[in-house]
Amino acid sequence: MGLSSYISLKDVVFSRSGRRIFNGVSVDIPRGKITAIMGPSGSGKTTLLRLVGGQLRPDSGSIMVDGHPISELRRKELYKFREKMGMLFQSGALFTDLSVYENVAFPMRVHTKLPEDMIHDIVLMKLEAVGLRGARKLMPSELSGGMGRRVALARSIALDPELIMYDEPFAGQDPIGMGVLVKLIRDLNSSMGLTSVLVSHDVKESLSICHYACIIADGKVIGTGTPAELQDHPSEQVQQFLNGHPDGPVPFHYPSSAAAEDFGLSGGVS
Amino acid sequence: MINRIASFGRSGIDLVISFGQAGRFLAGVLSGVPHPATGFPLLMKQLYSVGVLSLAIIVVSGLFIGMVLGLQGYTILSDFGSEAAIGQMIALTLVRELGPVVTALLFAGRAGSALTAEIGLMKATEQLSSMEMMGVDPLRRVIAPRLWAGFIAMPVLAIIFSMVGIWGGMLVGVEWLGVFEGSYWGNMQASVDFWDDVVNGVIKSVVFGFVCAWIAVYQGYDCVPTSAGISSATTKTVVYSSLAVLGLDFVLTAVMFGNF
Amino acid sequence: MTQRTTDITVGLFMLAGLAALLFLALQVSGLSPKSAKSTYTIYADFNDTGGITPRGRVSMAGVTVGTIDSISLNKETFQARVAMSIHGDVDNIPADSAAVIRTSGLLGEQYIDISIGGEMDSLKEGDTFYSTQSAMNIERLISNFASGK
Repeated sequence: MGLSSYISLKDVVFSRSGRRIFNGVSVDIPRGKITAIMGPSGSGKTTLLRLVGGQLRPDSGSIMVDGHPISELRRKELYKFREKMGMLFQSGALFTDLSVYENVAFPMRVHTKLPEDMIHDIVLMKLEAVGLRGARKLMPSELSGGMGRRVALARSIALDPELIMYDEPFAGQDPIGMGVLVKLIRDLNSSMGLTSVLVSHDVKESLSICHYACIIADGKVIGTGTPAELQDHPSEQVQQFLNGHPDGPVPFHYPSSAAAEDFGLSGGVS
Repeated sequence: MINRIASFGRSGIDLVISFGQAGRFLAGVLSGVPHPATGFPLLMKQLYSVGVLSLAIIVVSGLFIGMVLGLQGYTILSDFGSEAAIGQMIALTLVRELGPVVTALLFAGRAGSALTAEIGLMKATEQLSSMEMMGVDPLRRVIAPRLWAGFIAMPVLAIIFSMVGIWGGMLVGVEWLGVFEGSYWGNMQASVDFWDDVVNGVIKSVVFGFVCAWIAVYQGYDCVPTSAGISSATTKTVVYSSLAVLGLDFVLTAVMFGNF
Repeated sequence: MTQRTTDITVGLFMLAGLAALLFLALQVSGLSPKSAKSTYTIYADFNDTGGITPRGRVSMAGVTVGTIDSISLNKETFQARVAMSIHGDVDNIPADSAAVIRTSGLLGEQYIDISIGGEMDSLKEGDTFYSTQSAMNIERLISNFASGK
C-alpha cells in the first residue's frame, strides 16, 4: 500500500447469480506502472476491471481508486470520476453508427466544451498516436479487428486519463497486431505516465511489458510480483498457468463421476 | 405437489421482480432532463428511424384496411338498404379502434423489434458498457431518446393511418361502389365527434406508443448479450407489446366508450 | 444523412401528422370553427324520452338547430328533464312551440323536433317548453292496436 498504489482492493468478495467469483481478493496496483492481471478463462479478470470501474459493486471489502472508495461513490460522482479512467474493451466497443473521427471525438464532445477546431486537432493527435490518422473517415464496420482496437484505444485516451484498463487486448490478434498493441501500451505508459492495468491470459506478451503481475484463480490471488519473481514462484498452480501444462492442480478433466460408470463397465449392467 | 406450488410462487415473484426492474429502469430513463443542445439532435435521429421509416408500412396498411372496410361494410349494410352509413362505419371503426390498435401492432413489429435488436447488439458489443466507462449514462444517452421517439411517433402514425384508411374507404365506397359522396361524408360528420371519438383515439395511441416503446427498449437493455438472447428479446418485444396493446385497448375502450 | 436532412424529414413527418389531425377534425368529425359560436339552453319535460341520448340532434323543420346536453329525472313530477343547447342565431322560437321526440325512419335514431307555435314571444335562456310530446313507443302502439283501443 502507501502513496505509490493507485488502486487498492482489500478483501473483496463478489458473487454473481449464486456463484462466488472473488473470495477475499486483495491487490495493490502501483501508480504509473503497468500491472498485468492474469488468470485462466472464467476466473473473473474482466469482473475485476468492472469492479474497479464501479460498474459492479462488491458484496464486501473495499476498493480504493486514487484515494476514493469507488463502490461508495454516488452515481453522479462516479460518472464524474470515470472521466479520469479509460477502458479498452475486448471487442473495442466502437459506436457503430459513428465514424472513426466521431468515435474519438465522442468523449470530448460530451465532457468538454472545446471549440470544434480544437477537438479536430486533438482527435488527429490521438489517431496519429495509434497510427490511424488516415483512417479517420472510415466507419467501424470497415476496420479490421486490430485497427478497431487501436481506434478504441485512441478514444479511451482522448480525455488524457490517469488510469487505463485493457480488457484482453491481445485476444484474437495476429502476431503483427499483437506487436503493435504491445508497443502502444508500453509507449503510452512511458510517455504519458499512465497507470495501466492489463487483463490477459496471454502470458508471454503480458509478462514482456508489465512491471508487476498478479495471477488470479479460483477467486483468490495465487501469486504476485515482478515477472522475474513469478517465474521462480514456488506454487505449483502458478507454474502450471505460466507454462501451460495441460494437467496439474487445475485438472484436465471436468469434475465427473468415475469413468467406468459412464462407460457402463461397472459390472452390474448386462 | 409442494414443488409445483413452490415453483408457481417463484414464477409469480419473478414476474413482480421483472415489473419492478422495468419500473426502475423507466425511472432511470426519465429522470434527468437532457441538455437540449445534445438531446434534440439525438431525438430527431430516433424520430426519423422510428417514425419516418415506419410511415410506408403504416400508409399502405391503412389504405388496404380502409378499402377492405369499405367492401365489407357495403356488403353488410346494403342488406339493410343503408349503405349510405358506410362512411360512418368506416370512420368510427378506424378512429376509435383500428387506427390506434393496428398502428401499435405494426409499430411493435416494425420499430419495436428494431429498437430491441439495436440496443441488444449495443449491449452485446459492449458499447453500452464503454459509454458507462466514459462517464456517459447510456440510459439517458441511448435509451431516453428512443423511448421519447416512440412515444411521440405513435400518435402521429395512428392519425395518419386513420386518415389514409378513411380515404381508402372512400375510394372503394364512393368511387367504385357508387355510394353518394355527400352521404359518405355527411353521415360521417353527423356521427363522429371530435372530442369523444378522435381525441379518445389519439389518447389510446399515446398510451400504446408509450407502452410499446417502453417494452422495446427495456427488452433490449435487459437482454442476454448473445445472439440467442437478442433473438429471444426481439420476439418478446413483439409478443409482449401485442398482448399489452390488445389488453390495454379493452380497458381503455371500456373506460372511454363503455357508457357506464 | 446529415442532421439537417433528418430535421427536415422529421419536420415533414410531424406536419403530415398535424395535417391528418386537421383532416380528422374538419372533414371526418365535422368540427367547424363556427360550431364554437354562442348557444343558449332551454328545457323540456317529457313523460318518456325513449331512446334519445346526450349529443343527440335537435331540429326544426328538419334543420339541425342544436344538440341535447343532458337528460335527468325531475323528482317532483317524475318526468324526464332534457336540457338542450340551441344555436344562438336561432333566437326566435315562439314561446308556445312544442318539443316532439321523433324517429328518423322506422329504426333510425331518435331526435327532438321543435314544432313551431304562433306566439310573438320567443323562448329565452333557461325557459321550458310549454308542451311536449313523448317518444312514440312501437310496442305500446302495437298493443293498443291489438286490444282495439
